Amino acid sequence: MNDLRHRIHHNGGLLAAIGLFIVMFVIYVSNHPVGLTAAVATTASNKAVLLALVAMAQTLPVLTRGLDLSVGMVFILANCLASVLVVGTIGEGFLGIAIVLGAGALAGFINGAIIVWGRLQPIITTLATGAVYYGIALYVRPGPGGDVQSDIADFATGQLFGIIPTALIVLLAIVLIVWVPYRNSVLGRAAYAVGSNEQAAYMSGVPVQRAKLLAYTLAGFLAAIGGLMLTFNTYSGEASSPIAGTYTLNSIAAVVIGGTSLFGGWGSAIGSIFGAFVLRTIEDLLFVFDLDPLWQPLFQGVVLLAAVSLGALRVLRIRNRLELFA
Amino acid sequence: MSESKLPVATIPALRFAFDRSLVIAFSCIILMLLGGALYSREFLSPEYLLQQLQISAFLGIIASGAMMVILIGHIDLSIPWTVTLGAMMATAIAGWFGETGNLLAIPVGVFCGAMIGLLNGLGVAYLRLPSMIFTLGMNAVVQGLMVLHTGGFAPQDHATDAMHFLAVGRPIFGIPNALLIWVVVGALTIFLLTRTAFGRRVYAVGNREAAAYLSGVNTNAVIIWCFVLSGAAAAFAGVLLAGYSTKAYQAMGDPYLLPAIAAVVLGGTNILGGRGNYLGTIAGVILITLLQSILAVMQMPEAGRQIIYGVVILVMLLAYGRAEIDRK
Repeated sequence: MNDLRHRIHHNGGLLAAIGLFIVMFVIYVSNHPVGLTAAVATTASNKAVLLALVAMAQTLPVLTRGLDLSVGMVFILANCLASVLVVGTIGEGFLGIAIVLGAGALAGFINGAIIVWGRLQPIITTLATGAVYYGIALYVRPGPGGDVQSDIADFATGQLFGIIPTALIVLLAIVLIVWVPYRNSVLGRAAYAVGSNEQAAYMSGVPVQRAKLLAYTLAGFLAAIGGLMLTFNTYSGEASSPIAGTYTLNSIAAVVIGGTSLFGGWGSAIGSIFGAFVLRTIEDLLFVFDLDPLWQPLFQGVVLLAAVSLGALRVLRIRNRLELFA
Repeated sequence: MSESKLPVATIPALRFAFDRSLVIAFSCIILMLLGGALYSREFLSPEYLLQQLQISAFLGIIASGAMMVILIGHIDLSIPWTVTLGAMMATAIAGWFGETGNLLAIPVGVFCGAMIGLLNGLGVAYLRLPSMIFTLGMNAVVQGLMVLHTGGFAPQDHATDAMHFLAVGRPIFGIPNALLIWVVVGALTIFLLTRTAFGRRVYAVGNREAAAYLSGVNTNAVIIWCFVLSGAAAAFAGVLLAGYSTKAYQAMGDPYLLPAIAAVVLGGTNILGGRGNYLGTIAGVILITLLQSILAVMQMPEAGRQIIYGVVILVMLLAYGRAEIDRK
C-alpha cells in the first residue's frame, strides 16, 4: 500500500498530464463532426508525435538542469537533410535515415561537448549552435521543396492493420528502445543525480561529464527523429526559423506540463509526451470550437504562459524563505 | 577566483586595466576593420564608420536593457516581440489620435514595453519562475497580442516624422541622432550601474541573491526594475527602428535577440550575473554590427552568415567566457 502511495506521489505530474489529456481528447472527439475514426486518429497522432519527440528531446537536458534552445533548429535541420537524403529506393531511403539520425546525434554531441568541455552555459551555447544548425539547414535547402521516399513516408504516417496509427507505434518503439534503457542505465540515473545536485553527484563519483554529454547527444538524436517524421508528413523540407522557434518553445511547455522540474533531477520523458499531446489537443480544440483565427496565437501564448506558471506552485511548498533563492 | 576576494572599491579600477575580454573585444574590432580595409578602402572612411555606429545604436539600446537583466543573473527572451510591440503601439497611437497621437507616440511605445517588462519582473520575482522560461512564454503572449492588434484593428503602421527624425536625422555636425541617443542611454546606464545604490544592488543580487536579501536589499524590487528597464529599452529601440525603416511590421524584432545577448556576453558580462561593465557591452555591440556588415558586404548568403555568426560567438566565448572549474 505504502509503495503504491509513494509511486502515485512520485508520478503526480505524469498522472495529471495523462488525465488532462484524456479529458481534453474526449471533449475533442465528442465535438468532432466525424467522431473517432481511424483517419481522425491518424491525423491527430501524426501531428502530436512530432511535438512529442521534440519534447522528449528537451526533457533530457532539462533533467540535468540544463536547457537546449537548439532542439527546434536540429528538428528543422533533420527535416531539410531528410528532404535531400531520404530519396530513391527503399534501401537508399534507409541509408538516408541513418545519416539524418547520425547528423542529429552529432549536433547534440557538439552541444554537449561545448557545454561540458568548453564550460559555457547551456542557454547561450545552444542559442549560438542553433544559429549554426539553422544556417546549415538553409544551406541544404535555401527554398522550401524536396522530396522523400514515398513508401517509407506512407508507411510511417499511415495505419498499422488499418486501425492503429503507425506514428504512435514509432513513438512507443522509441520509448521502449531509447528512453526505458536510458532511464535504467548508469548514465541515465547519473543525469538525474546531476540535475538534483551536481556537486554532490561529483563527490559521489557519478560520471557527471559523460551523463551530460549523453543527455545532449540523445536530445539531438530524438529531435532528428522528429524532423524525419515531419518530412514524412509534409513530403518536403523547409528551413523555417518560425517553425523551429515554435517547436523549441512548445517543447519546453510540454516538458513543464508533463511534470518535469525545470530545476532538474525530477520528471520523465513519458510525462513530456503527454504534455505534448495536451498542447496539440488544445490546438485541435480551438479548431473544433471554431475560434477566430486572429485570437489563436494569443490564446496559445496565454496557455503556454499559464502552463509554465504551474511551476510556481513550488513556491507554496517552501518553508524557509532563503530556499527561494537557491 | 582571487578577483572576487578583493575589496569592492578597488574592483572597477582593476577591471578597466586588466579586463581580458574588453581587450580581446576591442582588438577584434580593430582587426576586423583592418581586414575589411584590405578588402575595400571604404571600410576606414568616416562615412562608413558613422553609418555602422548609427546601425549599432539600435542594437546598443536593446543591449543596454538586456545587460541589466543579465547582470542580475536572469535573461530576457521576450525582447523580439517587445521591440515589435514598441514600434507597433507607437505608430498605432499616432494613427488613432492625430496631432496629440504624434506627441504621445514615442512615450506610449516605451511605456507599453515597460509594462511587458513589469509583468516579466513580477513573474520572475514573485512566482520564482526561471526567467528564460517565463519571458519566452511572455514573448508568445505579446506576439499573440500584436497579431490580434494588427489583424483586428488594422492600425496605422507608418512612423511619425518625429520617429523618423530621431532614427535617421543628422542635424549636429553630421552625427546621426540615433548614435547620440545611444550615447545618452549608455551614459545613463553607466551612471545607474556605477554611481547609484541601485547599481550596487544590481551587482549584489547578481552575485548572490540570498546574501543581498539578508543584507536588507529588497531583491524583488531590483529584479522587477531591471526587467522594466529591459522592456522599456527594447520598446524604445523598436520605436527608433520603426522610424528607421519608416514603418512597423510583424516580427521586426526577431533578428535582435541573439545579437543583443551575444553583444552583452561577448563584452565580458558574466551570463550568470554579478559581473560585467558597460564598456564591454559597447565593444560587443560594435563587434557584432561590424561582423554583420562585413558578411553583408562580402555578399555572403544568409546560410553562411548564420553559420559564421554562430561560430564566431562560440569561439569568442570559448576564448574568455568559460566558467571556472567549480569543484568544492
